[in-house]
Amino acid sequence: MHELGITENIVNIALSKTDEAQANKVIQINLVIGELSGFVPDCIQFYFDSLSKDTIAQGAVLHFESVPTQLRCRNCSEIFHPQDTLWSCPKCQGQSVEIFKGRELYIESLEVE
Amino acid sequence: MKRIEVIQNVLEANETIANRNRQLLDKHKVFAINIMSAPGAGKTSLILRILKSLKGKLNIAIIEGDVASTVDAEKVQSEAKAVVQINTRNMPESCSLMAAMIESALKDMPLDDIDLLLIENVGNLICPSEFTLGEHKRVVISSLPEGDDKPTKYPLIFIDADAVVINKIDLLPHVDFDIAAFLHSIAGLNPKAKVFQLSCKTGEGIERWCSWILEQTKNNTTRQ
Repeated sequence: MHELGITENIVNIALSKTDEAQANKVIQINLVIGELSGFVPDCIQFYFDSLSKDTIAQGAVLHFESVPTQLRCRNCSEIFHPQDTLWSCPKCQGQSVEIFKGRELYIESLEVE
Repeated sequence: MKRIEVIQNVLEANETIANRNRQLLDKHKVFAINIMSAPGAGKTSLILRILKSLKGKLNIAIIEGDVASTVDAEKVQSEAKAVVQINTRNMPESCSLMAAMIESALKDMPLDDIDLLLIENVGNLICPSEFTLGEHKRVVISSLPEGDDKPTKYPLIFIDADAVVINKIDLLPHVDFDIAAFLHSIAGLNPKAKVFQLSCKTGEGIERWCSWILEQTKNNTTRQ
């Protein structure tokens, strides 16, 4: 639902970094996206195709690396991937947890020529 | 072909503007609260209660975020120092307020005359959790008819909340809402969140809630 603004940022970052590197074309954009982030790769791709049209990023491949959710138990410090929506710790069954990984959304690298 | 390391947060553009908003608000000693909930949980009713209860104590301004209409702005108009309605229908994103929308709304506000800014976000439990606006506190409202499982289904918005309001508490005898289960979920996800149980309809719990708002706003002013 809110991928348009995000994709604009992705295109802007890619264009400026490519320009800084004095390259002429963006071949691939490597994105890291957490499982808990509310962003949908297919939507980003859809907007990207339209926003990158007639730029040096047109036709670039978007590569998404998904980061699985990792939670940390506040009780016993166990780090775990939740198996259900209740987010309970598999070691001590505690339900007081914090997010360790899974909210990321960043451009990791670009491939340019 | 060449590889360029980037490592740049895609949400950085929003965060940069949010920080700018925060600096502007701090400069004018305005305390800002971002109020988020599902549609119909009672954001506008809660704002009306705050306006009524803190009248004469604080000068309050409102930013109303809705996909369309000025219905909510009209409701709060008479009691607020200033009201700006943002309609997100024609914006790049319609599902949440974003820092840039707040930045332009602040241009229309007499900031020196305002102590407290209440920002009513678009009714949605998903998108607003991704976008900070420059607010000092984030408040999430859950209402009894929505069910007690919302923190489990939409954890992110609850994890980042400074306060959680349980509204429509007067409906407790009529709906299957397990308060203990809800509180247990919040305590697990976000032990630091303050929880308020209240009813905008009957007024139950409003006094405690408004005292908290008053205290937070005053702390902010004396801090600077």
